[in-house]
Amino acid sequence: MYRLGILTQQYEGNIMTDKKTLIIEGKEVEFSNEANLLEVIRKAGFNVPTFCYRPDLTSFGACRMCVVEVEYPNGRTIINSSCTMPPEAGIKVKINTERVRKIRKTVLELLLANHDRNCLTCERSGNCELQKYSQEYNVKEIRFSEKDIKDYLPVDESSPSLVRDPNKCILCGACVRACSEFQGHAVLGFANRGSKTLVQPLNGRPLGQVDCVNCGQCAAVCPTGALHIKNETDFVWDEINNPDKTVIVHMAPSVRVALGEMFGLEPGVNTIKLINAALKKLGFNYVFDTNFAADLTIVEEATEFLERLKSGQNLPLFTSCCPAWVKYLEDQHPDMLNHLSSCKSPMSMMSPVLVDLVPKYFNVERDKLTVVAIMPCTAKKYECKRPEFYRDGKPDTDYVLTTQELGAMIKVAGIDFNKLEPEENDSPFGEYTGAGTIFGASGGVAEAAVRTAYEYATGEVLNDVDIKQIRGTSNRSKTVELDIKGTKVVVRVVSTLREAEKAIQEIKNGTANFQLLEVMACPGGCINGGGQPRSCDDSSIKGERAQGLYKEDAELPIRKSHMNPSIQKLYQEYLEHPGSHKSHEILHTHYVNRFKGSYKDI
Amino acid sequence: MTELKIDIKQEQARALEDIKKQGFRILVCAGTGCVANGSLQIIDKFRELGADVAVMSDYDKLTVVPTGCHGFCEQGVLVVIPDMDVTYVKVRLDDVEEIYEGIKNNQIVERLLYTDPHSNQKIHKSEEINFYAKQTRTALANCGHINAESIDAAISVHGYEALAKVLEQNNPDAVIDEIEKSGLRGRGGGGFPTGKKWRFTAANKGGKSYVVCNGDEGDPGAFMDRSVMEGDPHKLLEGIAIAAFAIGADEAYIYVRAEYPLAIKRLRKAISDAVERNFLGQNIMGSGFNLDIHIKEGAGAFVCGEETALIASIEGERGMPRPKPPFPANKGLFGRPTLINNVETLANVPLIILKGADWFSSMGTETSKGTKTFALTGEVNNTGLIEVPMGTTLRQIVFDIGGGIRKGKKFKAVQIGGPSGGCLTEEHLDIPMDYDNLIKAGAMVGSGGLVVMAEDTCIVEVARFFMNFTQNESCGKCVPCREGTKNMLKILEKIVAGKAEMKDLDTLEELAKTIKDGSLCGLGKTAPNPVLSTLKYFKDEYIAHIKDKKCPAGVCTAMKKIVIMEDLCKGCTKCARNCPVDAISGSVKQPHKIDQSKCIKCEACLKNCPFKAIVLE
Repeated sequence: MYRLGILTQQYEGNIMTDKKTLIIEGKEVEFSNEANLLEVIRKAGFNVPTFCYRPDLTSFGACRMCVVEVEYPNGRTIINSSCTMPPEAGIKVKINTERVRKIRKTVLELLLANHDRNCLTCERSGNCELQKYSQEYNVKEIRFSEKDIKDYLPVDESSPSLVRDPNKCILCGACVRACSEFQGHAVLGFANRGSKTLVQPLNGRPLGQVDCVNCGQCAAVCPTGALHIKNETDFVWDEINNPDKTVIVHMAPSVRVALGEMFGLEPGVNTIKLINAALKKLGFNYVFDTNFAADLTIVEEATEFLERLKSGQNLPLFTSCCPAWVKYLEDQHPDMLNHLSSCKSPMSMMSPVLVDLVPKYFNVERDKLTVVAIMPCTAKKYECKRPEFYRDGKPDTDYVLTTQELGAMIKVAGIDFNKLEPEENDSPFGEYTGAGTIFGASGGVAEAAVRTAYEYATGEVLNDVDIKQIRGTSNRSKTVELDIKGTKVVVRVVSTLREAEKAIQEIKNGTANFQLLEVMACPGGCINGGGQPRSCDDSSIKGERAQGLYKEDAELPIRKSHMNPSIQKLYQEYLEHPGSHKSHEILHTHYVNRFKGSYKDI
Repeated sequence: MTELKIDIKQEQARALEDIKKQGFRILVCAGTGCVANGSLQIIDKFRELGADVAVMSDYDKLTVVPTGCHGFCEQGVLVVIPDMDVTYVKVRLDDVEEIYEGIKNNQIVERLLYTDPHSNQKIHKSEEINFYAKQTRTALANCGHINAESIDAAISVHGYEALAKVLEQNNPDAVIDEIEKSGLRGRGGGGFPTGKKWRFTAANKGGKSYVVCNGDEGDPGAFMDRSVMEGDPHKLLEGIAIAAFAIGADEAYIYVRAEYPLAIKRLRKAISDAVERNFLGQNIMGSGFNLDIHIKEGAGAFVCGEETALIASIEGERGMPRPKPPFPANKGLFGRPTLINNVETLANVPLIILKGADWFSSMGTETSKGTKTFALTGEVNNTGLIEVPMGTTLRQIVFDIGGGIRKGKKFKAVQIGGPSGGCLTEEHLDIPMDYDNLIKAGAMVGSGGLVVMAEDTCIVEVARFFMNFTQNESCGKCVPCREGTKNMLKILEKIVAGKAEMKDLDTLEELAKTIKDGSLCGLGKTAPNPVLSTLKYFKDEYIAHIKDKKCPAGVCTAMKKIVIMEDLCKGCTKCARNCPVDAISGSVKQPHKIDQSKCIKCEACLKNCPFKAIVLE
């Protein structure tokens, strides 16, 4: 019996828990360490509307929808935004007075007066907070004059992942905060003053021509259709409808624990078998699983990591699954590209394997094959278009759809998702281990890699595979020191590029003590990706999704990637061995210095 | 008690000696207004002429002193010759030789004296000019009287004496007590008790704290803070140092708009001079107290005068206000406890320390102590910067100091407190002006802009002007201010264009109240004030624009109608020839007609009609 020795773990401070009370709508409510009054209101079972408040971002106080009337013990009454007010003991809070309702309704009217109001053709219709509150507050007449035709601005479709429609922007600033607070990046910012104020990319350039990493967190927090995912479902429908085409699909781990939310299921419920069934019903010919390639990635990356540990070169090793992270490094720190693992991401390993082997296994012509990937990620739309992932002039992955787009297709097809008969996926290339499925949560790649690396390095069986210290979605930077039979390995797991930048600076100033750096650009990892069903109102959802993945991992019979029999077979029949010439040809890639023209360059 | 290494009294005596050595002094105003009128060239010319000093028997030397602003800018360039007891106004370069000849011959140049607009008398001494005679100058006491760029000049008028006093007594709490006792309230607009603010900030003593001086004076027409910074920069630095000592800060920022280059230049010089003399910097006067003062230039956003936006701007962020609480006293600049005071507030501090809280509180009213500066502009005879005790009536300001309304027109109202303030009318002429009375009247002291309006000022147009200003200067962050002010402006534009309906007036009023209730920061919360207060006192005028399509003041172009009186028109055709848009037709010796659809209301015809047959309806 051997187990991983956990030597140290990052200290997490104790949280104060001294209870105080305040009154909300006549009800005495306890509070302790809530960040603001709005959180107390919500915990007490009430709600106030908001556009700009996102629990994972700093309070901004701009939209004025969450205003409440607060009476202090000395009798003074004020109106203030509850998202910015610290809760105070003894105050009386009224959330539904005529005064505050009037402010909210006027805010809605003012926003609508400055809005294009093209709801019916908007990507976010039905999923738009402006639309929702306008209906709830019964805004039927807009007393103010309409937006002047000359004030309309062109829609920016230059990004491969996102569409920016400034005419729908209500300037809540959530995207600006997401960009800077998550990614430490100022791709989006405010420009101008007064009613000419705009949110725009650097220097007013198109989004496709700035250092945007396509993470899509801006769209995830956008309350309207001002920033939304580039919808490519029509292209995929065309492929499905084409009788000459064999359309195959594979989906990432995080999709299975989030898609259900679009059909009324709780976050974290694993719907993989329903998704398999839905994809078949939609008309996809074969359904595989990106988790298969996640296992493949681990086998390659663990091998690479051990080689680097042995040679001592290009350490720490950076994981390369996240396309936003890869682009960030190419834009901002091209001098560190040697640290990146040369492994492609699971998606970009899966597709070429399918392209090469599906014709053989399923008797299909390569030229008639269309590969679609379902991803929790908007940056994957960009990744599949990278020239490195084209062979013979054709992309390995033809289309990337986000979880949201898949949900929409299922709805269009009239499929009652919850009543589907669960189905298995196609084999081979559908089998996966627990190590593959945890890729979706921040820390999962590192955990999976360590499971395999341990056995590769020691030649012994690892029985207790859980490394709980690097799990969790609330802490965006975790360090764990592992003892692999006497060899100390320090692993740093970060989510958000802001945290990644800190790790890079540690490396640059010589204080870094870790040998493996796992980076996911979205807070909490892919389960909270920009393509997932929107959850920006509730911080706990990403944790529940992650739990869904860890639950599947625990329940799977095989939990180490290299033990996946289909992977072993793939090596025997096609790839020879991990790190072989063949696997380098189709599973590994190289990176590009994109510093020229980047923000830092200017 | 701390023993100081610098004896400030000794320094003072030395500085006074130095001034005596200057001999015959010519004080030339070098404030921004006078510089624009050529005062720097005038100074050079005096210096050139003054090189030949032998002409004056009583003096061995002639010194030309560039001073700060006198406040009477419309009469600039002002030249004061103390030893002749004379103040010259509207001096131009061409006048310098004549003045110089006068000095040589001990003769006064009568034509350059100030003429009283009522009595038509020539006045020699500035103290006798009504504009000055009725003022009480304390914060501005030195402006215009000392060389603004000389630390010795500042020391000669008790500069740094108050700082030496507090450092010697070494009791920060006693300093706060004194300020609290004086009743000083914030001069930047809100009128928050200064001592209380200091106490709140001092309560967070221990770690790093900051003092921030708000010199981002942005109200249109206001320039009191600029005058202090340009005319008496050391008084401000001393006030900052005392505040920093009281709250336990060792670093301070002065936030000055980049549009005040002269203020920035003089402050920079003042800081480096003060550091050199050890009145600032490390171990000040040997007391162990350290203070570094930095200047931060603002890029001209009005909203940066709002304290949280100002903090954001110093931190290098976009100047957008942050919600309060937390207040800067708890979490301000770089997240540290921060005391923010306005320039004028801090300039009062050394005087309070030196002359005592009782002296200060002997001026003013029950709730508002001391003096207040105002920038008096508009339709008054004397415009400029004034300082009066709190509680002075509007009548005294407009009619005594301001010399009444221009061209004998009738007084209509004043707009007080700039774009955040409101209007006061005839009924308020005798109310003692202080913080609380003005709030009651629906206006505010604000930073002290005072625009006087006469009968021919359109009140709706004034409201539109201020709304346009706040709309352009809104930071764009919160919806009520950004979108609300835009829509208020749109309605006001409709009204002055004669296109509004009565229901627009209701919308305007309702929207104004919601913006006041719902906005994030002070700018938004006060932006509707000009509209609300003019609606309160001049609703008839709004209604006349909407219902009768008439501008009672005859200002709004869209409502003007120019007509030719047929019985007076001789058919000379001059009007038709002068009309730039060919709107006038008619045959020779026949009455002419104006096509109203073509007329652009330029009034060219009206001005050119030899028979006064064309009138404005």
